[in-house]
Amino acid sequence: MDLRLIQNATPSAEERDAVDSLLGAPQTDWRGTPHEAPADAYFGAAGHESRGHRHLLLPALHAVRDATGFISPGGLNYICQSLDVPPADAYGVATFYALFQMAPVPPMIAHVCDDIACRMSGAREVFAELESRIGPAGKATPDGRATWHRSPCLGLCECAPAVLLQRAGTNQTDEVIAPADASAVLTRLTGDARKVEPNPQELNGSLHAPQTLDPECAKGLRLLKRAGRVDPESIDAYRASGGYEALRRAFDLGPDGVIREVLDSRLQGRGGAAFPTGRKLQDVARAPARPHYLICNADESEPGTFKDRILMENDPFALVEAMTIAGYAAGCEQGYIYLRGEYPLALARVRHAIDAARRRNFLGADIMGEGYHFDIDVRRGAGAYICGEETALFNSIEGFRGEPRNKPPFPTMVGLFGKPTMVNNVETLMNLPEILIQGGPAFASVGTEQSTGTKLFCVSGCVERPGVYELPFGVTLREVLDLAGGVRDGRPLQALLLGGAAGSFVTTEDLDVELTFEGTRAIGAALGSAVIMPFDDTIDMADIVLRIAAFFRDESCGQCVPCRVGTVRQEEALRRLSAGVPLGSVDQELALISELELVMRDASICGLGHTASIAVQSAISKLHLFDSKRAQ
Amino acid sequence: MTVAATTHRLHLKTNRTVDLTVDGQHVRVPEGSTIMKACQEVGIGTPTLCYEQTLTPVNACRVCVVEMEGSRALVPACARKVEPDMVIWTDSERVRHSRKLVLELLASSVDLSYAPDEVQGYLDHYDARPERFGPPDTSDGAVHRDHTQAGHHIPTTNGYAATVAQPPKIDNELYIRDYSRCILCYKCVEACGVDAQNTFAIAVAGRGFDAHISTEFAAPLPDSACVYCGNCIAVCPTGALIFKSEYDMRQAETWDEERQTETDTICPYCGVGCTLRLHVQDNRIVKVTSPMDHDVTNGNLCIKGRFGWQFVQNRARDTGVEESVGTS
Ligand SMILES: Cc1cc2nc3c(=O)[nH]c(=O)nc-3n(C[C@H](O)[C@H](O)[C@H](O)COP(=O)(O)O)c2cc1C
Ligand code: SF4
Ligand code: SF4
Ligand code: SF4
Ligand code: FES
Ligand code: FES
Repeated sequence: MDLRLIQNATPSAEERDAVDSLLGAPQTDWRGTPHEAPADAYFGAAGHESRGHRHLLLPALHAVRDATGFISPGGLNYICQSLDVPPADAYGVATFYALFQMAPVPPMIAHVCDDIACRMSGAREVFAELESRIGPAGKATPDGRATWHRSPCLGLCECAPAVLLQRAGTNQTDEVIAPADASAVLTRLTGDARKVEPNPQELNGSLHAPQTLDPECAKGLRLLKRAGRVDPESIDAYRASGGYEALRRAFDLGPDGVIREVLDSRLQGRGGAAFPTGRKLQDVARAPARPHYLICNADESEPGTFKDRILMENDPFALVEAMTIAGYAAGCEQGYIYLRGEYPLALARVRHAIDAARRRNFLGADIMGEGYHFDIDVRRGAGAYICGEETALFNSIEGFRGEPRNKPPFPTMVGLFGKPTMVNNVETLMNLPEILIQGGPAFASVGTEQSTGTKLFCVSGCVERPGVYELPFGVTLREVLDLAGGVRDGRPLQALLLGGAAGSFVTTEDLDVELTFEGTRAIGAALGSAVIMPFDDTIDMADIVLRIAAFFRDESCGQCVPCRVGTVRQEEALRRLSAGVPLGSVDQELALISELELVMRDASICGLGHTASIAVQSAISKLHLFDSKRAQ
Repeated sequence: MTVAATTHRLHLKTNRTVDLTVDGQHVRVPEGSTIMKACQEVGIGTPTLCYEQTLTPVNACRVCVVEMEGSRALVPACARKVEPDMVIWTDSERVRHSRKLVLELLASSVDLSYAPDEVQGYLDHYDARPERFGPPDTSDGAVHRDHTQAGHHIPTTNGYAATVAQPPKIDNELYIRDYSRCILCYKCVEACGVDAQNTFAIAVAGRGFDAHISTEFAAPLPDSACVYCGNCIAVCPTGALIFKSEYDMRQAETWDEERQTETDTICPYCGVGCTLRLHVQDNRIVKVTSPMDHDVTNGNLCIKGRFGWQFVQNRARDTGVEESVGTS
């Protein structure tokens, strides 16, 4: 293939530096120097060597965006030239992601969360203020330095309302403001950023995990045991608190021994599908094809979910150790953390932990003198919920559009780069050190027969003390709600969302459900990512359901018809219903919505389509949404 | 995609067979066959839109789904390989429902008026009524579909059903891209890329309902990498990509497939010997294809074979000699 670049589009010095600093200085003249070739030329590009680097496309797009705020034709050209990717192809990849803009934008963008938890906690006031002071979403401030947009859940729901400041330029880093008030956002957008106080989110990790504040409560914590107590940026502090004892134990047990402990622990995946982790480890370890890869799925984008962020921010070394253990057991030499693009603090801490571990020989060649070689690369997402789906994640890392693949084949056989791959959620992996230290059977003695261990619950919305709570499986919904102080301001409870946007609504009648995989299934719900979001009596549930429908429409990858068009038709029907102008009758609309639910569940390629109507259906059947309108 | 592409191409040569049941009938097919192939064996047809024998299956349209016992969701017959003792149902309530809905969702959002009769046949067979979703919104959206931002949309509140309506892209003399007729089957992208042409002039861009086929930065074709092989036109199932000659005749309402004949000949330009199929109406060539099952071309041609026939007609006009067709 000859590469034909975009004509008359030369990269700026900034763009070239950004790409070069990622890929190293150009090996050949033609990449580094502005090319004199005629505008119409076809380049016999960098050849086989660079073609093997397509997986650097996403990092290269980030590099250009970080430098200039957007992906220009010249910048795209330079990336394409460097990696030997056709421009149309790279354009298709870049436009897949919400955090990449393809036209000039101000160097600072405030992504203001418009999702369910934030809507109930002051986001509307922030929008109103921004609209009146700056103008509608997308409008630049008078000096052209900043603008704002609405955003899906930023994974900061416990400190709603949340804002992510995405910045461009040298030495600029993204920043989170949460909880955000309009004036703090405006100061950043219109004022002198240097004068701004650091925001509370960065100050104290324990703020977000209320149990850690109470020494009694804190004693029982496993996953959160270091949160707020151990410096997340010090490997010495980590080691002093028991860090790397589990890896030592793993080396003593050998890979098979580790797998046996995990099987005995009966640990199930915390990423939503509850797949037995031991079996996955075993399948990958036994897969004949080589190499094997390990991926930590840290894309956490399910609205209402923020547990993985809190783990990474507060105990990043534990994740690095856990991945090393999993990699050792599954026979992997290379691991990846695919980390949500909207998590600047988690990104910084995880990167720091990896570097520190590498310096101390806890990563790299011959780890701890045991002859095991393993390293971890961090890959930043760029605003796409679907990239949390494991096969979409592979495509995203490989430098393709984040479109899910058909299964079978399954990742344990054909995964990243077509090789056997172990993919696990952050929380799943973080259980491994504990399992090795305690032993599998001891781990399994906590929780219930079928759901073992402890679970992190993401509690936000109309609740007194939002945050992440660690409790043994089997605790009831009521108990979690009580621990979090009950409904905010003592108001009556209207309903709860369980499991996230892909989960379902439950009512006060369901408060005694045992929170386990099997218990939630028994009431026709699912634990999902363990979101618990109460709504008080003032909340307009139709507005919440509409927001969920809009979310799925925005986040569908667009590959298959049932989901690509079905999510649009679902949102349209709900809008007609909530506006009181149904096509035909209300009953006809409700029937249409259930027909859509069936085709999305039956015929979509991936879990996004399969679950895109679950919350909507539960709102209709359990909350009797739109019934009142029928009565009118 | 990449991995799937390579494995698909290793046509598994094996003598082993697989036994399965389709709609209650026993079927035996070679290992590695698709469910669709097994259906064919017992004379059961499968509707398809994104499937093409010469391309890697993307199984994106989902119109071919069938029920497989033991599977929670339906499976795509065009791509899913047979396994021993599979039990398949191709006309169950669930299958009919999904096929009908897929067709309705497409027909309510895409202009299918140039699609072949076959597609209209599917719509009739499954009793698809796309108007159930409301009147189609054919206005140009606030943001052109080429410039939407992933993760954002402006919801329609006017009771209309969103569509992919947009003006056709007329930017060269050879072919027209009318993406208001595009069902996003990925075939053109595959034909332009790894499956045939290896030019990669077009790709899927954007996300969700706003996903669309595009050159880099939506550049006009003459500014793109396109070499006008027309292989994308050959595989497009809905007439979104058509010859300029066909487009002009359709605009003038003179296009009439009933009056067209097809004549096969060999391309005169080089030694490869591609078969050209000349579509002739009123003694003029109106478009050129190559048979999909032809082992030299697989339906693919280059710019010369595909579009280099104007001289046939021009010469006739210049010399005043009676128009001739298929001379070589
Ligand atoms: C649309 C969609 C989004 C997902 N997002 C995530 C995610 O952000 N994090 C995650 O761990 N799993 C996510 N998953 C589940 C993954 O596909 C996969 O099952 C999981 O990472 C496996 O890890 P586990 O076995 O540890 O649960 C998602 C699935 C779907 C269908
Ligand atoms: S179900 Fe939705 S997200 Fe999943 S592959 Fe299909 S279009 Fe993409
Ligand atoms: S005409 Fe050929 S090169 Fe041009 S877009 Fe179509 S397939 Fe690609
Ligand atoms: S233009 Fe035609 S071939 Fe290409 S995706 Fe659309 S419908 Fe399919
Ligand atoms: S951060 Fe706003 S809803 Fe999650
Ligand atoms: S024909 Fe099988 S999915 Fe399109």
